Parts: sequence; C-alpha cells; structure tokens
Amino acid sequence: WVPPLLSLLSPVLLVLLPIVLITALLLLVRRNSISRTGPLSLLVVAGSGGHTTEMLRLLGSLSLSYSPRHYIFADSDKMSEDKIRSFEQNRAETFSNFQFTLNRIPRCREVQQSWSSSILTTLYSVLYSFPLTFRLKPDLILCNGPGTCVPICISALLLDILALRKVIIVYVESICRVETLSLAGKILYYFSDYFIVQWPALKEKYPKSVYLGRIV
Amino acid sequence: MKSVFVTVGTTCFEELIAVVSAPETIQILQSLGYSRLVLQVGGGAAPTPLRTPAFTLEVFRFRESLAEEFQRADLVISHAGAGTCLETLEKGKPLLVVINEKLMNNHQLELARQLYKDEHLFYCTCSTLLESLKSIDLSTLKPFPPGQPEKFAAFLDSITGFE
Repeated sequence: WVPPLLSLLSPVLLVLLPIVLITALLLLVRRNSISRTGPLSLLVVAGSGGHTTEMLRLLGSLSLSYSPRHYIFADSDKMSEDKIRSFEQNRAETFSNFQFTLNRIPRCREVQQSWSSSILTTLYSVLYSFPLTFRLKPDLILCNGPGTCVPICISALLLDILALRKVIIVYVESICRVETLSLAGKILYYFSDYFIVQWPALKEKYPKSVYLGRIV
Repeated sequence: MKSVFVTVGTTCFEELIAVVSAPETIQILQSLGYSRLVLQVGGGAAPTPLRTPAFTLEVFRFRESLAEEFQRADLVISHAGAGTCLETLEKGKPLLVVINEKLMNNHQLELARQLYKDEHLFYCTCSTLLESLKSIDLSTLKPFPPGQPEKFAAFLDSITGFE
C-alpha cells in the first residue's frame, strides 16, 4: 500500500533519484583529486574589456603545464582577440613550447539589449557552446564573467556527466565586485568547483568562496 | 612642467569635460602649479585646444594606449571605470575620481568607493570638482600594492595536482 501522495510523486522520484545518485557519485569521483604529471588542457572564457584584461593577468602567472590554452570569446569582441593574440605572442617569445586556439561564439547579450531578446540569443549561444566544449575537451575551465561563460560551464557540466570526464570549473569574480556578485557570478557560485572572490566582504557573504587577496 | 591628465575611457562624460576645461578650473589648476592639461574625451564634445606660454590644453578622443599620458601625469582625473582606476593606481599616480551622477547605480562605483575608503584615491562629483581640487592633499594618499596573481597560480596548482 502506497500513500496517494507518494504514488503521485513516484514517477518524479523515479526520474530524480538516479540523477541525484549519479551526481553524488560524480562529486565523489571529482573530489578524489590525483597528483598530476602531464600537461592540462585549459579552456579560458574571455569576457570582453576589463574581464579579458583581468583574465590575462591571471594567465600570465601560470606555468607551462597549462597547455594547450583554448580561448573562447564573443564573435563581436575584436578587442579581446587582439589582447589574447599579443599576450600569447609575448609568451611565445619567453617560452618556446606554446599552443593555443581561438574560438568564437555568438554573444549572449549585447549591452542594452532587451531582456526578452536576450533569452533567444542566450539559447542560441547555449546550443552553440555544447559542441565546442565537447570538441575541446578541457580539463580545467577558467572564467570571470560576464554571461558568455555560463553556457560554456553548463555544457562542461554535461560533458562531466555524459563522458565521465572531470572538468574543473574555476570562476574568478572581478576585482570590481566589492560587495555584490555579478549576474554570472551569482549563477556560477552554484555551478563552479572553485569560486574565487577578491574582497573580504564577498567572502563573508558567500562562505563557499575562496579569498586569496587581490590577485589581479 | 606639472600636468593633469583627464580620461573618460570608452564612455562619454561630457559634463566632466565641460567642467574641467572651463576657464575657472584652468585658473585653479594654474594656481596649484599645473601648466599642462590633457583631455581624453572619448565620444563626447571636444573643447578647443589651447596653447599659451603659461598653459597648454591638449585634447584627443581615443588612443591605442594611454600609458604614456599616465606616465607623464602628476595628477589623473578620471571617470569611475575600474580599468582606469586600477591602471592609474598601479602607475603610482594620484587619482581624483569624478562620479557620473547619471550612472549612480553602476556597479563600477563599488570599486572606486572601496578604493576611496582605503585612501588610495579621492572621489567627487562634477559639481564638487572645483572644491575638491582646492582642498585635496595628494600626499595623504596611500600607495596601492600590486595584485598577486602568483597566489592564484599556486592555488590552481594545488587543486589540479601540480604541486
């Protein structure tokens, strides 16, 4: 005998339970991090303007182990492309062994675009992000907003689940954010493995976040 | 020759440009010992340049890199853009941020406000700019320590197993 409410809910539970179990299993697998020797494929989502500048500062401190570096940026963002190219050229002068790719995706939302039409363009960029992320198969995703990085991270989570491939998502909130998170930050606080903030007030509000001081 | 560099970044901040290039302001700047004023005006209206033996006013819209102007400046007056604030402070230049009251809810203000609280810069609006110029003491600003991306690198190494 099953109580009527439970019987009503059971199809939902049947669907939800395996998802919860698989997620829990994946999380367990994820946490058992291993010591690494080979290089690590890095996927960098370059936001635009100041976001890209901050990102390149972070990348400048990374060792050669983070190779190849796959950059994703919005197709309308010529400035980021130029900045990334000159950054990689500078690195190539210092280190002989360098590998990188540049990948364009449609932008989620242009500044001042209406919210209703942003839903459509976001959907489009989600659809676009999936095959790209699957093809690049990153070990680590590094992003710092704005919206462009959300579809990429969601497709990486799916890659995680479907291909049992461990993709670490690291989100770094911009130095500009002192007391409030950006929209991308608010979403990725829940989806990232490591969420880094640069001001103590944010660390207090968001206990799961990591505070390393000012890193850009 | 002491100079002031005014920058509005990629935005358009006509009110600031109008106030800062007004004869009254130029007079105050001269009384403070400045003899050169450089304006990066972005997309807004551009005042006429000026060249007298005592004072030079230079105007341009955009430039690939503003590094040289930051380097030459003894005082930077800028909009609250985070990129500009950080670049100025990193170059060790005194900074007076002018808040655009029309963009009061802009999140960029968060950083400028915090850096003001930490005494790395001064902070005013267009209507208080003249007063601020007269009253601020640039020597009271605290130096801005550089960011530490190496801490980020060490953190990534530790989570990926590269340690």
